[in-house]
Amino acid sequence: MSDTSTVSQDSAAATHAAPGRIDFQTDPSRYRHWRVEHDGPVAQVFMDVDEKGGLFPGYELKLNSYDLGVDIELNDIVQRMRFEHPEVRAVVMRSGKERVFCAGANIRMLGGASHVHKVNFCKFTNETRNAYEAAAEESGQTWIAAVQGSCAGGGYELALACNHIVLTDDSTSSVSLPEIPLLAVLPGTGGLTRVTDKRRVRRDLADVFCTMEEGVKGRRARDWGLVDEVVPNSRFDEAVAERARAIADASSRAAPRKGIALTPLERQFNEDGSVGYSLVEVTLDRAARRATILLKGPEAAPPADMAALEAEGARFYLLRLARELDDAILHLRLNETELGLIVLRSQGDGAAVLAHEALLLQNAEHWLANEILHYWKRVMKRLDVTARSLVAVIEHGSCFAGPLAEILWAADRSYMMEDEFEGDNRPVAAIRLSPGNFGRYPMANGLTRLQTRFLGVPEAVEAAEEQLGTPLEAEAAREMGLITFAHDDIDWEDELRIFLEERASFSPDALTGMEANLRFAGPETMETRIFGRLTAWQNWIFQRPNAVGTEGSLQRYGTGRRGEFDMRRV
Amino acid sequence: MLDLINVSYDTQIPNNVGLSSDKRVLKALEKWHPGYINWWNDLIPDNFQKSLVYLRTAVSVDPKGWAKFDYVKMPEYRWGVLLAPAVEDRRIPCGEHAGEPAWQEVPGEYRAMLRRLIVIQGDTEPASVEQQRFLALSAPSLYDMRNLFQVNVEEGRHLWAMVYLLHKYFGADGREEADDLLRRSSGSEEAPRMLGAFNEETPDWLSFFMFTYFTDRDGKMQLEALAQSGFDPLSRTCRFMLTEEAHHMFVGETGVGRTIQRTCEAMNEAGIEDPHDVDAIRALGVIDLPTIQKKLNLHYTLSLDLFGQEVSTNAANAFNAGIKGRYMEHRLEDDHKLTDATYPVWDFVEGKLIRHEVPALTAINMRLRDDYTRDAAGGVGRWNKIIEKTGIRFEMKLPHESFNRKIGVFANKLFDPEGKLLTGAEYDAGINHWLPTKADGDFIQSLMKPVYEPGQFAGWIAPPKVGIDNKPGDFEYVKLYMA
Ligand SMILES: [Fe+2]
Ligand SMILES: [Fe+2]
Repeated sequence: MSDTSTVSQDSAAATHAAPGRIDFQTDPSRYRHWRVEHDGPVAQVFMDVDEKGGLFPGYELKLNSYDLGVDIELNDIVQRMRFEHPEVRAVVMRSGKERVFCAGANIRMLGGASHVHKVNFCKFTNETRNAYEAAAEESGQTWIAAVQGSCAGGGYELALACNHIVLTDDSTSSVSLPEIPLLAVLPGTGGLTRVTDKRRVRRDLADVFCTMEEGVKGRRARDWGLVDEVVPNSRFDEAVAERARAIADASSRAAPRKGIALTPLERQFNEDGSVGYSLVEVTLDRAARRATILLKGPEAAPPADMAALEAEGARFYLLRLARELDDAILHLRLNETELGLIVLRSQGDGAAVLAHEALLLQNAEHWLANEILHYWKRVMKRLDVTARSLVAVIEHGSCFAGPLAEILWAADRSYMMEDEFEGDNRPVAAIRLSPGNFGRYPMANGLTRLQTRFLGVPEAVEAAEEQLGTPLEAEAAREMGLITFAHDDIDWEDELRIFLEERASFSPDALTGMEANLRFAGPETMETRIFGRLTAWQNWIFQRPNAVGTEGSLQRYGTGRRGEFDMRRV
Repeated sequence: MLDLINVSYDTQIPNNVGLSSDKRVLKALEKWHPGYINWWNDLIPDNFQKSLVYLRTAVSVDPKGWAKFDYVKMPEYRWGVLLAPAVEDRRIPCGEHAGEPAWQEVPGEYRAMLRRLIVIQGDTEPASVEQQRFLALSAPSLYDMRNLFQVNVEEGRHLWAMVYLLHKYFGADGREEADDLLRRSSGSEEAPRMLGAFNEETPDWLSFFMFTYFTDRDGKMQLEALAQSGFDPLSRTCRFMLTEEAHHMFVGETGVGRTIQRTCEAMNEAGIEDPHDVDAIRALGVIDLPTIQKKLNLHYTLSLDLFGQEVSTNAANAFNAGIKGRYMEHRLEDDHKLTDATYPVWDFVEGKLIRHEVPALTAINMRLRDDYTRDAAGGVGRWNKIIEKTGIRFEMKLPHESFNRKIGVFANKLFDPEGKLLTGAEYDAGINHWLPTKADGDFIQSLMKPVYEPGQFAGWIAPPKVGIDNKPGDFEYVKLYMA
C-alpha cells in the first residue's frame, strides 16, 4: 500500500509545486524569520521562524524549524554583521520563541524535497555555518549560542557552529542530535564532525549522544563537552549578557565605529535565463547544458586610500564582483540544476585588477580590506564545492589576475588562447599572479589553490611566486603548470567544442563524484571532512530507500508509522 | 508467594510489586525518598503537617474496598507503589504491534518515547500540589481542607508511581529524571514545570475546584490513554491511579456546584433575579455566576492546551508504537491500527474555521481532546441543573475550543467564546466579560477567609450533601495542630 493514499499532507509535501526562482538576496526589512538587535559591540540575533513562511507549500515551519528561506536570511545577517556592523564583537544567537531554541531542518520539507534540493540546501546551510564560525578568527566577531528550550538536530548544529554555547540548566532544555534514531539520516550540517573535531567529544560518548533521541541536558552536557557552560535559568539572560560582554571586551582588535551599507545588487533576470549584473554576466546554453559566467575587470582606478575605499563602500570593484559572483553561483546551483557545465570567462585589464587587490593587501589590517579579502576567499570556496564541471577559458582580453586567477585553479581544467588570433585585436591572453595567490585565499584544506595544485612539486609554487605581477602568456603559463591546455587560433574552437560536448555527455553523478575527489587533494580539515565525508555519506543516505523510499523514514515521518528498513549492511 | 492484591508494608514503601525482593529498585527508591519528604515538608505549611487529617490510604488494589480511612499526619502518609492487578494474557491494544503479548519490559526501540511520556505525566503530579500549597490557609471548611489534602497526598503518590517506573525500567537515566521531577517546580523561574497550565497559580478555592474539575480531567484522559499502553507496567500503574483520580474530579465538580448553589440561594434570599446584577450579588458575599463562568472559561481553555497540537507526530508515533492508546481503546471497534482511517481536525483556512479529515493516526491528540470535551460537558450540565432548581435564569457553558488558546491551530488568534474570529479592538472590548479580571480575582480573594470550626462553612459555599466516608455534617475532618 502506498503512503500517499493515506497521508494527504505528506503527499502534498511530496509534490512540492515548483517555486519561482529562489532569490538569495534579501535585507532586514524583508526578514520573516529573524530579528537583530544591536547594542554597541554586542548584537543579538533572534530566531523566530514564521510558521507560514516556508519557501514551498506543503509544510509549516513549526518550532523554529528551518528551510532554505530561513537560512538565506541567516546568511544575509552574517554577511551584514561583518560589513555593516564591524563594531560588533559578540553576536548572541538565541530563540525568539519560548521553550524551543530550534528544532532543526523541517522534516516535512526534507521529506518532500527533491534530492537535488536537499543536497543544495545542505550545502548552503553548511557554508553559512562556516561563515559565522570563522567570523571570530577572521573579523573578531564571535558568535555565541544562548540555548533555552530544546535544541535538536539542525538546531544544535546552529549552536555548534557558534564558538561558545551557553545552555540553561532548567532541567528540561537539552541539546540533541536525534537524526539517526528519529529520521534515519545524519546530522549533516556539520553536526557529526563538529562534535568530534571541534568540540572534541570522545568518540564513544559521541556515539551515545548521536543515537539518543532525547539528548543531553544540564551538567552532563557540559561534562561531555557538548556545551561550554551551563547556567541557572533565573540568571540566564544575565549570564549570557556577561559572557557576550566579556567576549566583546577580550576581542583584541580595535573595532571600527561604522560599517558600509551592502546596497541592493544591480541585477537583471532575462527571459532567456541570462542574468546581468554590473560586473558579471551569466548566459545560458540550455541545449548544451552550459552556463557561462563572464567576469569584467575594473572600469576605473582603485580608490586612493582607505577613506576613499570606505566611501566607495559596496561599489568598490572587488566587493561588488564578489557579491555578484556569489549570487550568480547560488542562482545557478539552486535554480538551474540541469546546467552541468559552468564556463568561467573574464574580460578586462588584469593590471587594474591587481591594483585593486594591492590596495587591500597593503592595508590588510584595515577592517574593510580584511573583510573583502575574506569574502573573496569564501566566494572561491563556494566555487570549490559547486557540483558542476568548472572550466576556465582564458581568452585574449581576459583579466585572470590575482584574486581572479584563483578561479583558474578552482576550475577542473582551463583552456588558454595562445598567440594572436586572426581578427582579434584584444590584448594577448595573459595571467598575472599576485601575493594574494600565496596565502590570502586558502581552500577548505588549509592550503592555497597553488599549493594544492602542486602538492607533488612544491618548488613549482616557489617558481610561480617569483613571477609576481608578470603577464604570463600561454606558453609560460603552461610551462609553469598554471593552466591545463593552450591552443592557438587553428585548434582553439574545435578543442573547446569537443571538450564541452564530451563533458556534457557524461553522467552528472559520476562527474560530481570525480570532481569532488580531485579538487581537494592534501590534508583533511574539519571543513573538508564536513563537505567531503559527512556530506557524501549524507547524500548517499538521502538516496537510500531506508530514508527516502515510500516506506522510508523521511516519508513516514509525521504519519506515526515507522520507516521500514532494509536491514542489510552495505 | 507474592501477594499482588494486598499492599505489603514490609518495606518502608508500601507496595504490591514485591519491592522487598527487588533490592535494586528498593535501594533506588529509598535513596529518592528523603528528597521527596523534604520536598513535601518544605511545601506544605508546618501547622498542617502536624495536623491529623482524615485521609483514605490504599490498602489493596481490589476495585471493591481498596482504601481505608483514618487520621494521619500527612508526612506519615503511606505513599506507595501500587499497580492494578495484572490482566492475564494481556495483549498490546493498538498500533503496529496490536495483538502481540503486552510488554513486561521496556522495548529498546521505544525506550526514549516511553521515558518521555512517563516524565511528562510525572511532572504534572507534584506540580498541582505546588500550585495548591497555600490554599489550606483559606479553606472554607475542614471538610474542604481535608479534600484538598486528600488530593494532594494522592498526587504525591502518583509521583511515586511514575518514579517507580523510572527507577525500575530506565536505569541511570530514569533515576536522573526522577531527581529532576523534584528539581522542577511550578512557576519557578529556575526550572519550571514542563506544561503551561501547571505553572499557573491556583490563587483561590474556586480556582482549585475548577482546576480539579478541568485540569485533573485532562490528567484522567492522559491516564486513560496510558492505561491502554502496550507496556504493561505503565498500563497497570495508570489503571490504579484512575481509581484515585475520580475523587479529584468529584472534589472539583461538587466544589463548583456548591459555590453555584450558595450563590443562587443567596440571590433568592435577597430577592435578586438578575444574575448579571454583579455588584448587588457580590454584596451578599457570594460569587456571581458570570464570574464563575469566566473562571470556567479560563480553566477549560488552559486545560485544552494540555492536549498539544491537533495534528501531532509524537502522538502518532506513540499510538503506532502501542505505547499510548485512545480513550477506551478496548471498547472501540476498528482495526486499532488506523492505517486507513481519518479523523476530522480543526483548521483555520482563509479566515475560516473548518474541520477537515486527516489521517486518524496523526489526530490522536484531537480525538482525545474531543473525548475530553464530551466528558467535561457532563458536570456543566449538572451545574445548570442546580441553577435551574433555584429558579435563576442562567446557563453555564463550555466556551468554543478556539477561545483563549496558546497551543494548536487557534493559538495566537483572537476568538470570542462562541468561536467567532475577532479584531484586536473587538477582543479588547470583550475580554473582561470572558476571562477573570484582576478585580474579579481581588473580589474572590476577599471572600477567602478560613473557616476552621467543624461543621461550619464559609458564606460563599454551600455544605456538601453527604460527608466523606458517610461521616456526619459536624465531623472534624482535620484536627488542626495549634502551636
Ligand atoms: Fe494525578
Ligand atoms: Fe489528580
